[in-house]
Amino acid sequence: MIQIVEGFGVFLILTGGIMAVISAIGILRLPDVYTRSHAATKSSTLAVLLSLLGTFIYFWAAEQFISVRLLLGITFVFLTAPVSGHLITRAAYRSKVKLAESSTEDALAEVLGNPGRQEKKKPSSSDNEEK
Amino acid sequence: MPAQFLLNITIAILWTLLMDEETFRLSTLIAGYLLGIGVLFLMQRFFGSKFYLIRVYSAIKLLLIFISELFQSSLLIITQILSPKLKIKPGIFSYEHNLEGDYELTALALLLTLTPGSVVMEVSPDGKVFYIHAMDVEESRDAVLRSIKVFEKAIMEVTRD
Repeated sequence: MIQIVEGFGVFLILTGGIMAVISAIGILRLPDVYTRSHAATKSSTLAVLLSLLGTFIYFWAAEQFISVRLLLGITFVFLTAPVSGHLITRAAYRSKVKLAESSTEDALAEVLGNPGRQEKKKPSSSDNEEK
Repeated sequence: MPAQFLLNITIAILWTLLMDEETFRLSTLIAGYLLGIGVLFLMQRFFGSKFYLIRVYSAIKLLLIFISELFQSSLLIITQILSPKLKIKPGIFSYEHNLEGDYELTALALLLTLTPGSVVMEVSPDGKVFYIHAMDVEESRDAVLRSIKVFEKAIMEVTRD
């Protein structure tokens, strides 16, 4: 029985590792800062959750050691990761980072008067000159 | 709700003291606590608010809903990231929510941002409108909206009477 629980913990850690790799691939492949922040904050949150939970279960099964610190780690990652994700995207939008080419709509543009996508619609000559 | 919890603990301590055992036993305290739950449950209509364990129950339900949403949308994101051709159409859409108060708002924003596929980018100054960046607006908009509704309902169950 203990072996099964241990194996489950190890499986969780492995899944967490795979998730971390996938989110790293996501950061490399996705087009702009906004979509990258999805990969950076979300998938890695899940990865951290899975590996910490796996470690917790493993030590619980193998050594009857209930580590409160691991649970606290999960809690604080969950509290801080969305805040950083929110602030990064917000700061990026406020400093007028453009959305990716494939973006379809931008509800914020009318509120903030941000040129995120509108600039791209009319490729002005000044843009080309800068390049 | 804190009053009910404190009362419950008081009953538990009273029970332990009245049992008058030679040494302190945790099992007696727990028995007293369970007894207190029974007493409070019978007395709940005098408190004027919901029985506090119902709230604890809905908080646990919120957590479970969140975990299932997390896994579902993570799978979606993974398939999108790993598909050979990226055919995502990111975008920002606005959503007007029906929650009130700082705590409810913060909880919803936190849960939404943790769910893959959506980031709350801006909150309007009065806090009524969320601007959400979604990974794939056209395809996952309905999914995101559905999970927002689910979260909203679950949060209300926890915070409202």
